[in-house]
Amino acid sequence: MATFDGYPRESGPAGVRNYVAVIPISVTASPVAEAVADRTAANVSATPHQMGTDPPEAAREQVERTLSGVACNPNVGAALVVSLGTETVDADAVANAAAAAGRDVETLSVRETGGTAAAVDEGTELARDLHAEITDRRREECDASELVFGVECGGSDATSGIAANPAVGAACDRLIRDGGTATFSETPEFIGAEHVLAERCVDEAVRERLLERVNHREATAELMDVDLRGAQPSPGNQEGGLTTIEEKSLGAISKGGTTPVRGIVDYAERLPVGGGLVLMDTPGYDIESVVGKVAGGAQVVAFTTGRGSTTGNPLAPVIKVTGNPKTADRLAANMDVDASGVIDGEPIDSVGERIYRTLLDVASGERTAAERRQLEEFAVNELQPNELAELRGDA
Amino acid sequence: MKGTVLGDAGLHMAAQDNVVTAIDDLDAGTGIPYDDRTVELAEAIPFGHKVALVPLEPGDAVVKYGEMIGEAVEPIAPGEWVHTHNCESRRGRGDRTADREVA
Repeated sequence: MATFDGYPRESGPAGVRNYVAVIPISVTASPVAEAVADRTAANVSATPHQMGTDPPEAAREQVERTLSGVACNPNVGAALVVSLGTETVDADAVANAAAAAGRDVETLSVRETGGTAAAVDEGTELARDLHAEITDRRREECDASELVFGVECGGSDATSGIAANPAVGAACDRLIRDGGTATFSETPEFIGAEHVLAERCVDEAVRERLLERVNHREATAELMDVDLRGAQPSPGNQEGGLTTIEEKSLGAISKGGTTPVRGIVDYAERLPVGGGLVLMDTPGYDIESVVGKVAGGAQVVAFTTGRGSTTGNPLAPVIKVTGNPKTADRLAANMDVDASGVIDGEPIDSVGERIYRTLLDVASGERTAAERRQLEEFAVNELQPNELAELRGDA
Repeated sequence: MKGTVLGDAGLHMAAQDNVVTAIDDLDAGTGIPYDDRTVELAEAIPFGHKVALVPLEPGDAVVKYGEMIGEAVEPIAPGEWVHTHNCESRRGRGDRTADREVA
């Protein structure tokens, strides 16, 4: 039986880290959240972002869902929710979601506290108290089936689809064999490969939903009379040998492995535990896509890159995997797993086994390259005007 | 690795593929053994980029991973580099929809 040493939670699966999350409700509260995290302990971590104080309704719902999901991630032992005090995004709703999941939680309003400096002082006190509440939690042996593993690719090149992605896919297959959940996203990067995924859907409802989401992302490009080629594959992907979105997608989907597709959830929607392979409908921007999966409950992320990417996340460890021998060499200090041996004949399955072992070690506390360097990028997906119009029923 | 490496130079991912992926920076003139003949590279091909194994005409499907990844938009001879200058996607083409509406 595969296990890891995690932090059991009052409800839901175990965490692989034990953070106090300092969650700003808007861009205006973000500097306060960052200052509070800087002044307290290493495992007090802020999630600064760019969302405004008064977004349109559908955007507000998405921000609230994302921040609530982040506050309930198993890696969060306690949460401090920071607002300016004028936001329409409901700070109490985010705090209540965390409390309902059994987390210690406090809220802080910059306006009610009397300004930025006073809020940083008060927030620092609150964060220290929350930290004191959770700091004596100890790791215990947990079953690997409690893990929700988010997989992502960024800075892709031709080696991504040949080496790193199928190797991460082999790790997903192992976790699912052991009862866990794996998830991948970035719907624009299903275009041209959706027929392969559709054949693997467990039933007609999942198949229809998947195809509808892919058609929707493709139609967005067509409605705007634009050519997807300007952005997909990106100029960097093209330099790395990827010619079309179909080629990029066919390589990208291999990072989810070979098991049946059991479902597809919305951006930042809760992912099932013990759920097998489940997709998430997200845009192609990797930072937002990782955050969507962390909000959905992923405790650990694997991120494949060909050309090189160094990004992490404030609350979930991100395991960096490259299949490009030059990147493995030049960015060795930022990579956790070198999958480039596949190009020289190392079996994909043996690299997949290494990645699975790394996943269990990282879940048990081993720090990733991004964690050691405090690389903690965070961004919430902002709905675009055409998406908002459609959700209102105008389009 | 999935697929077959041809002559230590090109990765042929599925039997029906009509391109191979360079697994090293390849010089012009490098020979890739394919189907009882040798495909000679017409130009230098960078690591990770694709080479045609068979003659392709505009409209022909370019096949990698055993799947269509786009269509040829120029005649392509065996041994030539296959990339954005001679191969295009068929997907997410709002520009083509616009052309049709204007026409």
